[in-house]
Amino acid sequence: MNLLDPFFLEALVNGILLGGVFALPALGLNLVFGVVDVVWLCYAELVMVGMYAVWFLHTQAGWPLPLAFVACLPIVAALGMLLHLLVVRPLLTSPPINQVLATGGVLFVLQGAATLVFSTEFRSLGVDMPPMEVGEVFVSGTKLAAFCAALLGAAVLWAFLKFTYVGTAIRAIARDREVMPLMGVDPRRIYLIASAVGGALAGLAACLLVVQLDVHPFVGLSFGPITFMICVMGGLGNMLGGFLAAFLMGLIISVGGFWGTTEFSYVVAFAFFILVMFIRPKGLFAR
Amino acid sequence: MSAALQPPGAAARAPGEALELAGIQAGYGDFQALFGVGLRVEPGEAVGVVGPNGAGKTTLLRVISGLIRPRAGTLRYGGRDLTEVPPHALPGLGIAHVPENRRLFPHLTVEENLRVGAFTRAARPQFEARREHVFELFPRMKQRRHQLAGTMSGGEQQMCAIGRALMSGPKILLLDEPSAGLAPIVVQQVFELVRRIRQEGLTVLIVEQNVAQVLRVVDRAYVLETGRVAAEGRSAELAADPAIRRSYLGGH
Repeated sequence: MNLLDPFFLEALVNGILLGGVFALPALGLNLVFGVVDVVWLCYAELVMVGMYAVWFLHTQAGWPLPLAFVACLPIVAALGMLLHLLVVRPLLTSPPINQVLATGGVLFVLQGAATLVFSTEFRSLGVDMPPMEVGEVFVSGTKLAAFCAALLGAAVLWAFLKFTYVGTAIRAIARDREVMPLMGVDPRRIYLIASAVGGALAGLAACLLVVQLDVHPFVGLSFGPITFMICVMGGLGNMLGGFLAAFLMGLIISVGGFWGTTEFSYVVAFAFFILVMFIRPKGLFAR
Repeated sequence: MSAALQPPGAAARAPGEALELAGIQAGYGDFQALFGVGLRVEPGEAVGVVGPNGAGKTTLLRVISGLIRPRAGTLRYGGRDLTEVPPHALPGLGIAHVPENRRLFPHLTVEENLRVGAFTRAARPQFEARREHVFELFPRMKQRRHQLAGTMSGGEQQMCAIGRALMSGPKILLLDEPSAGLAPIVVQQVFELVRRIRQEGLTVLIVEQNVAQVLRVVDRAYVLETGRVAAEGRSAELAADPAIRRSYLGGH
């Protein structure tokens, strides 16, 4: 087989671009889980709400697209805070199964609400950027722009966690909750901030996905399960692990699609996931 | 020198206020650890709480820090009732607690641990000045500032934990078993550090099993046995007390 086959190279490039888009929700989910210790089962539905927000603001309210993108982040961040205050905080001391059931319930509430408000019709933003040709390889301009924005978002998140007081406290609290008050840190405040940041990451992911996928109430199903797999594969709560696993999954799906069909590529990805769970049950990058 | 640039040393430090406990009862669930403990620490004093394992020493510090609420008794710092204050507000009042087993963040660097210690809004503008001060106190921390805290030796971790507590600019430092798990030579070093921190004008309340060492550092001490104050007095008096010598100092 010729590794320099332009179609194969294209599959590789697309895999990396796809990984970049998976990386954002994986980072957000891992951040919230690492800090609050609760899995947001409805994470993909937060992204769905963000996609609707961009679609509505741009095509219905007539906002310029960049403005709709900018507005999407605080909208979903606020939704993340609401989710924390109304659903997660009251259940912080409950058994994990109750927390999972509650955030799972929010998943159906959001899907139902979206169906009521926007119907099940597929909504398209109707924007596309011209493909770019590098050598013999064609790269979708939209996907490339989305990838760059995802990397930028990840870099901003990294700098926030690395260089700010709140970011450092977020990394600290993931390891030792009980000692935090002795540092003058109110854990409840850090949970709320982490939920807002997790929401903002879902909002950014929404901006990148809405230019590639049509929005409908169940669009979360097309990337939600794979996001959870990526997080578990990287080690739940391990942000770097999830980030790397996102690219691995992107590559597997894209290259799998090169040899077979897209459906087949997801079969390969899930099989790989199951294999990883047998070999490293705590995740590929668990320490 | 402007106040903001001054190192948080003796000259810059307000004397702080008295810490006062009376009739404190506390415990965990059905288990009661403290049965009416009273204790007073004057500003600028160094006070020890000694006693065997399980006497309630750590519980006592956790009550002061608000990590456990007392079931009865009063707990005051200056004019303030500390039982009304949420635990995360204590560093802002000038009370810093170095917990049992140090509880550093092992996956963060020394400098990042110090940054978490300076989390309060009042402490943030002082970060650089206080960090330099901590590096002056513990030059080893300056060498290791970019090293992960979990990879350091026990003595170094204790320095880092004390440094982290100093980052909030406390007036009173609560130390829980700083010598636990350290080699004898390192124990000596840790007590030397406590002595130096005292000389800066900090009030110190130190809980220890290492009675002989701690009595050399503190002005006064309380002997805690099964949740009650069994004896109290000046360090020299306690060190000379035959009963204490027999129980804690291996004397005759």
